[in-house]
Amino acid sequence: MKLNINNTIHDVDLDPATPLLWVIREQVGLTGTKFGCGIGQCGACTVQLDGLAIRSCLTPIQAATDKEITTIEGISDQDSGLHALQKAWIEEQVPQCGYCQSGQILSAHSLLTQNTSPTDEDIDQAMSGNICRCGTYSRIKSGIKLAAEELRNTATTKILNNG
Amino acid sequence: MGKWTRRAFITTGVLTGGALVIGVAIRPGNRAGKVKDLIGGEGDTVLNIWLKVNADNTITVIVPHAEMGQGVHTTLPMMLADEMDADWKTIKMLEAPGNKEYANYALGKGFIMGPKDIPSILVGTVDGFFLTATKQISLQITGGSSSVRFTGMFAMRVAGAAARAVLLEAASEEWEVAAGELVVKNSTISHPASDRTAPFSDFVVKASKLSQPAKPRLKTSEEFTIMGTSPPRFDIPSKVDGTANFGIDVVLPNMKYAAIKASPVFGAKAKPLEASAIKDMPGVHKIVNLEGAIAVIADGYWLAKKALNTLPVEFDKSAHDTTGQSDIYDRYLQDMDTALAEGNEEKDVKKGSIKNIFKKATNVIEAEYRVPYLAHATMEPMNCTALVKEDGCEIWVGSQNPLGFANSVAEVLDLDQEKVVVHNQYLGGGFGRRSVPDVAIQAALISKEVDYPVKLIWSREEDIRQDHYREANISRFKASLNDKGQIDAWNNQFVFKHDPEEAPHIPYGVDNQFIHYTNSETHIPWGYWRSVDSSMHAFFTESFMDELAFKANIDPYQFRRDHLTNAPRFLKVLDLAAEKSNWGEALPANWGRGISLHESFGTIVAQVAEIEIVEDTLKVHRVVCAADPGFVFHPDGFNAQMESGIVFGLTAALYGEISIEKGAVKQSNFHDYQMLRMPESPKIETYIITSDNWPGGGGEPSTPCIAPALTNAIFNASGIRIRELPVKNHELKADSKILG
Repeated sequence: MKLNINNTIHDVDLDPATPLLWVIREQVGLTGTKFGCGIGQCGACTVQLDGLAIRSCLTPIQAATDKEITTIEGISDQDSGLHALQKAWIEEQVPQCGYCQSGQILSAHSLLTQNTSPTDEDIDQAMSGNICRCGTYSRIKSGIKLAAEELRNTATTKILNNG
Repeated sequence: MGKWTRRAFITTGVLTGGALVIGVAIRPGNRAGKVKDLIGGEGDTVLNIWLKVNADNTITVIVPHAEMGQGVHTTLPMMLADEMDADWKTIKMLEAPGNKEYANYALGKGFIMGPKDIPSILVGTVDGFFLTATKQISLQITGGSSSVRFTGMFAMRVAGAAARAVLLEAASEEWEVAAGELVVKNSTISHPASDRTAPFSDFVVKASKLSQPAKPRLKTSEEFTIMGTSPPRFDIPSKVDGTANFGIDVVLPNMKYAAIKASPVFGAKAKPLEASAIKDMPGVHKIVNLEGAIAVIADGYWLAKKALNTLPVEFDKSAHDTTGQSDIYDRYLQDMDTALAEGNEEKDVKKGSIKNIFKKATNVIEAEYRVPYLAHATMEPMNCTALVKEDGCEIWVGSQNPLGFANSVAEVLDLDQEKVVVHNQYLGGGFGRRSVPDVAIQAALISKEVDYPVKLIWSREEDIRQDHYREANISRFKASLNDKGQIDAWNNQFVFKHDPEEAPHIPYGVDNQFIHYTNSETHIPWGYWRSVDSSMHAFFTESFMDELAFKANIDPYQFRRDHLTNAPRFLKVLDLAAEKSNWGEALPANWGRGISLHESFGTIVAQVAEIEIVEDTLKVHRVVCAADPGFVFHPDGFNAQMESGIVFGLTAALYGEISIEKGAVKQSNFHDYQMLRMPESPKIETYIITSDNWPGGGGEPSTPCIAPALTNAIFNASGIRIRELPVKNHELKADSKILG
């Protein structure tokens, strides 16, 4: 079975029902994606399938074979290093223990792909599946707004440059 | 309590490669008692090393505490660097290994000589001794909001100042100028008169031969250049790109994975399974029968878990198989009544005579409050990787107590403690849970059965059902009010007492007080849970204060003020919270404000919660938090801890409930042990009163106040008094008429 993770193809020979989470962590060795609850309740295992945030602890690998899988290790921009969300997370000093933050960033990333100017309610809605036990919610929200602004500015600059 | 009789002094040396190291040594002085066992020879014992000045003039600070998001890997180096006048940009941090050489002498010194007691999370976990200096020295614990208060104040600052002093002296000798003419800044020493400047590293060899000042001069807060600022935390970049290594992320050659199921009824034994039960399961290697649990080792965690789920795991009957939550409460009440009747309750505070007051009192108010058991539910489920060989054991784990873990593992494997090496990792949440070595013991016992490393991971269900819980408790109050609205007598009885000692005490000037408790037998394991006893006593005492204010017909803020007759720091914090929350200003219909005040771990906190009841739904809009922690070393980090503690306490107040059914925990995962999520998270504003008072803790003190601020606000909005947590079990209805 072939899995496309962060634009690299990985061949895995496993029970097709195996949750994607454990393949990413144990077979592929990308440990930034975390195990939190195993029942899709906490969002620590969030990755993206074709740009949409999903819970990898509940997603069997057979449902991911023909899709692009993106993990926290795959969102940095090859040219400019860290993604705007990661930079904003540092700027706002968001993480405490940090365990849930890969999942938070992947959910936020998925939101900003679909909505470049999210309101507080949009953010609440998109992030409600991700638990942070350290209670960094207000900083996560600030981080998302900061990153959204940065991405909008970059997009404007690109349009101006290309125009 | 004995005095600190040995003489501690600072010592230096030069490592190969030209690095100056500075640490703390202890010279045998009074060799009486248990202390003498610690100091083997006649010479000096170097207990720990705090800093290294490297040949390239960078400085490595060695921190003996675990990072669990509280920022200690940044704040402690700040304290050292500031005293040293080091260049913050060149500071590196290294977590001390879990090793006796790096044990936490400063904590011991804090305990013996400091103005505050060491929280009991720091004791009783390593070996038999309890509360002795000897014991403290073999600790390296992160908990009790202690890192800055003890390690920072006693070790980091002193080591930094001592390093600065010897480097200055070395430069003075080298350049043959008076030390007073030298300027130290950004890891360089300069002599303006002769226009000379050189890095610290030029003087390390000479400095290492100089004797250290025993008590180097420490800066006053006006002289701080790094302390009191908020540089970015060292650990954050690795926590945004997935590279931070938590215990669960450890990868070793030939490592396999284990899943485990322990007896749901605490203390019951597991029925051993035959090895052949897994013979038809490819990739599944071994069943390990532990006394109270069954573990399965496989090529991957999911395989191991799947195998475990299909095995017929059974447990022996136990005396607790029928125990339910109400049995536990009944037992508490019975034990409380018996203790009262027999007059053998444990006395906590006794002032004046409540008996005389109650005899004549006309306005007596009584109330009883309850709180349930609580689990920690750290985001990273419990896990530990172990490799047991013939001559020793290595474990990889995120631990709040690496030396305690080493000791516990050594004991079950029958090894010397030196033969157990702990590789401490980032903690995906601690909150007290990661001070208990249960998972490390299991991992070691499982790994002992095979010749490869095993990573044991608990499922979330194990994590919720095999915790060491904040206890369920009952607190009963009786007070009398005089005709001026003052409390004449305060009688409070509850079950159990752990830490902090002052948790049930009130800052209010009440002349006649009797605070007492009784113990009760239970099979539910107890553990340190963020803010420990304060997590419930603030709810008890501050709810009752609110009830008394209502009975006295006095505004609850004013009522507290009136009773803070001899507590100026408390008064200032309370006033600040009231001011910032616009206390007294009118709110829309069905909104309410509630106030609370509590000190824990040396930090005084007052909070005001602002809530709204929409039909039967509660919305927490805003929490104002005022805090006096003495001096704040990293304000942004302190604010983050206040926010974190409030969300943690609010989660518990609204939803937190672990209940016992048939001897076991009923809840199992986040669907029935609910966490606060972003949409329910209130706006939190923190205001700090900073001073030169001895620093208080940051990790825990904001948790206790939120439950009473919330339930007092609910009362203010609706007239509904919540005397038992969590709030979710109560039917809420906006009805301001109840208040008249």
